[in-house]
Amino acid sequence: MKIIASVLIVVVATLQGYAQKYFTRDGKISFSSDAPMEKIEAVNNKVSSVLDIQTGDLEFAVLIKSFHFAKALMEDHFNENYLESNKYPKATFKGKITNLADMKLTLNGDYRAAVQGDLTIHGVTKPVQADGTLSVLNGVIHATSTFDITVADYNIEIPKVVRENIAKIVQIRVDINYKSLEE
Amino acid sequence: MRKSVLIAINLLFSALALTAQEDLLSLLNEEEETEYVSASFKTNRVINLQSLENTAPGVLDIKIGHRFGFINQGAYELFGLDNATIRIGADLGLTNRLMVGFGRSSFEKTYDGFLKYRLIRQSTGKRKMPFSVSVMASTAIRSEKPRDPDRENYFSSRMFYTFQLILGSKISEGFSIQVSPTLVHRNLVSTLEEENDVIAIAAAARQKLTKRLSLNVEYIYVLPDQILDSNENSLSIGFDIETGGHVFQLHFTNSTSMIDKGFVAETTGNWLDGDIHFGFNISRVFTLWGREE
Repeated sequence: MKIIASVLIVVVATLQGYAQKYFTRDGKISFSSDAPMEKIEAVNNKVSSVLDIQTGDLEFAVLIKSFHFAKALMEDHFNENYLESNKYPKATFKGKITNLADMKLTLNGDYRAAVQGDLTIHGVTKPVQADGTLSVLNGVIHATSTFDITVADYNIEIPKVVRENIAKIVQIRVDINYKSLEE
Repeated sequence: MRKSVLIAINLLFSALALTAQEDLLSLLNEEEETEYVSASFKTNRVINLQSLENTAPGVLDIKIGHRFGFINQGAYELFGLDNATIRIGADLGLTNRLMVGFGRSSFEKTYDGFLKYRLIRQSTGKRKMPFSVSVMASTAIRSEKPRDPDRENYFSSRMFYTFQLILGSKISEGFSIQVSPTLVHRNLVSTLEEENDVIAIAAAARQKLTKRLSLNVEYIYVLPDQILDSNENSLSIGFDIETGGHVFQLHFTNSTSMIDKGFVAETTGNWLDGDIHFGFNISRVFTLWGREE
């Protein structure tokens, strides 16, 4: 009896280890470039991400080709000339929620989160920091964040002729609904 | 004993949990998706030839094509720059696979229209396809006044048709090739020696030199005994220069006409004699409606 109980406890504990991980495969990341001549927006609705609410570990994988633009030509140029998506198909983020102690993500509520980690775009990895919100409602964690990145940091070259069309600093918006990962 | 078994089980499970934590994203068994290969050529034309590419749906591509006179006309004609033929055209993408185009050439006052459909798209990922296949059908109507107004001139005599299969592949990031078996049908030909149906094989390649500059070459081999002996196979060499919404194509070609039936079957210039046109195509795209999602 004792043994069965102990085994059960162990199994449940392990399962909970899984239940502490939240994921999405259809998260949304969009960006906008607001230059004097042109405003460019693109949306990606196929973002994969996993969040471990016990450790605060957070990872993202973003397929560059899944960013869609209003104009087909922009999308071609984005993939061909700027992000070189054949060479660098994915952008990734590996980081941590640094103020995990301030929140209780198993309970409903809204929290402000500070995130820190390494962002890799176009083969270049840079440390980034961003603030965001986490809203927990009945087991779904809705995460949002807005932050800026400098295009030149990622070795993405903007030729002179389009300098009025493409901003040097691009705003990134993250909008994710995490569901519990139970398998 | 029991205790040690318990500890062992416990360790095993925690080890499992630990390995799971090493790479969070590996928890999601990511499905591979099919990715279509894009931008094998900068525009939907290599130079004169139709390329593997289509105009994207909702995009209007206004094309101005220009061929100056033959370079060997010398300094008096400013090496051909005093003469020019022009084609003004508009291409429109209807779906991801289908596009249409229209144009009007000053050469023989010809109107032309075409349809191009992508049958197979080169792709990587889940569904791997090493090449693309498109079909193209075009019609041209020569509106120039008949050379001999006294004989009976039927409207059908003004009509030309071209059917083309376009097979090709983007072999690497910078290099693409294509081969196009082509049939040109001319309702009326000027001499008995000429065939109404002309079969030709066209080949083209592009090599990117920088991100925004590429070198294009195309050659059209007409199978023997179909056209006048004085006619030549079309050979064109040029550069594509891309600047934002424009693509400039600058080239040298021995073909005067910018439409299929003309440059396939009625090219008269001989490269070795200096019968070379300098020419350019300017392509400017306008987005009429958004991309289907």
